[in-house]
Amino acid sequence: MTVSLKPGPVTTAIGALTAVFLLMPLLAVIPVSFTPKRYLSLPKGEWSLRHYEALWDKPEWGDSVLLSLQIGVTAAVLATLLATAFCLGFWMLRPKAGGLLAGIALLPMLAPPVVSALTLYSFLQAITPWNSWVVYDGWLGVVVAHTVMVVPYAVVILMVALSQVDRKIDLSARSMGANLWTRIHAVILPNIRFGILSAFMLSFILSWDEIGVTLFITSVKAITLPRRMWMGLRDNVDPTVAALSVLLIVLVTLVILGRLVWEHSQKAE
Amino acid sequence: MSRLFTLAPLMLFLGLAYLIPLAGIMLQSVTTPEFGMQNYSQALGDPLVWSVIRRTLRICLSVTAIAVVLAYALTLLWLNGSRGMRVFVELAIMIPFWLSVLSRTFGWLSLLSNRGLINTWLQSIGVISEPLTLIRNEFGVILGMVHFLIPFAVFPLASAMRDVDTRVVLAARGMGASRLRIFWQIFVPMTKSGIIGAALLVFVFSLGFYIVPTLLGGGRSVMVAELIYLRIFQIPNWGLAAALSALIMLSIGAFLVALIKRTEGTMK
Repeated sequence: MTVSLKPGPVTTAIGALTAVFLLMPLLAVIPVSFTPKRYLSLPKGEWSLRHYEALWDKPEWGDSVLLSLQIGVTAAVLATLLATAFCLGFWMLRPKAGGLLAGIALLPMLAPPVVSALTLYSFLQAITPWNSWVVYDGWLGVVVAHTVMVVPYAVVILMVALSQVDRKIDLSARSMGANLWTRIHAVILPNIRFGILSAFMLSFILSWDEIGVTLFITSVKAITLPRRMWMGLRDNVDPTVAALSVLLIVLVTLVILGRLVWEHSQKAE
Repeated sequence: MSRLFTLAPLMLFLGLAYLIPLAGIMLQSVTTPEFGMQNYSQALGDPLVWSVIRRTLRICLSVTAIAVVLAYALTLLWLNGSRGMRVFVELAIMIPFWLSVLSRTFGWLSLLSNRGLINTWLQSIGVISEPLTLIRNEFGVILGMVHFLIPFAVFPLASAMRDVDTRVVLAARGMGASRLRIFWQIFVPMTKSGIIGAALLVFVFSLGFYIVPTLLGGGRSVMVAELIYLRIFQIPNWGLAAALSALIMLSIGAFLVALIKRTEGTMK
């Protein structure tokens, strides 16, 4: 079937050039990461590992990685719990104002990032005087903001997962006298376990990469990894960011290749 | 009772941390520094702000057009290319998509800055003597935004192309239509919903964007979202920032309503 849609030479050329265009800046980072200079430049003759060593030697990079992991895991756990409860309720109760409730749950994803950033900034500014945990420029403040930003994606994934669950299995469990709790933990949750796992993973990755909101709600204390990269790009471009980017590119490429190989082996079976 | 335990936590959380402060900002756009529409008249009347709005529309429309055309060719190749080509294209879509926007922007800085790859190379072969200014202008911003948004355009296009009934294409070929005619008169119209969806998605995303324009524009081609950032952290003007937020919110709301109307229309 696909033979009839085989792209012609013009489409192939534009498409292939676009693919090269997408990969080009990622490849360009590699030589820059080996420059011996302290500013963005290309190594001339001499290649140096100093920027990779800086990642290891300067404690602030490691601290930022740990902080981003801590925030990412906490925000992902919170977002997954909130989204799972919400989607279960939505699926089982089919509330009358469903459209409105879903709209509220998805709003942070639909609103432009800069508006969400301003909103969460004003929220944290407002509650900072009232407590000592969830504060502006504090790690729990970042967790709350990230949870707001990633929870819509978790909701979408879990809604899709639940839409594929056959309602009859829940009905038969109910008619055999299962109470609400048994229906949830023995019937529905096992059926959406992959959805829950994907919601958790996506929430974590989105929080790990989040910069738009983080830039508004942190200043000197809660410096996440993207925030530190931003600082290394904003004024004087720091080649340490190149070294870090190379490591991240290698990580992402390995995960994606691993998935491709895994999918291929699944098909072969 | 179960309603309270399931639906309520998320709604309470978002209500408190998001809806109330958002409403507060919308309110502040007409009450800061005093009650009235002065922030809106400034946003639409001040020639500086107005030039930022015009530039934002110009950049976002160019980015949308370029990104959708390139994504269309890319998606065709991803779905129907040769086997090796499909793997290559999939990697070219997925690796940047999952990579931090900061690493991707750093890549553009490495390529385009004065001591970057392109200028170093052009100088070494003697084509130019002074480095070309490739960033800190609109060109750099458009390049970086197109790069960021192509993967987002690919997904709606791919879902529309997968739904095309290939028998129609076979029938057209059987009746002697040329390749060009099949593409423009059959394939493109049949994927129209995907094209419109991709264009709206890219346009809406690009409007609220400020990371890439800030880093690649270098303060010389400020867009609305970056102006909001500057009006909070550099020359504070909370009322104007709130009014600009309300305007972006409103225009994106209008586009989303158009998108929903459109999908409802195609489903009927």
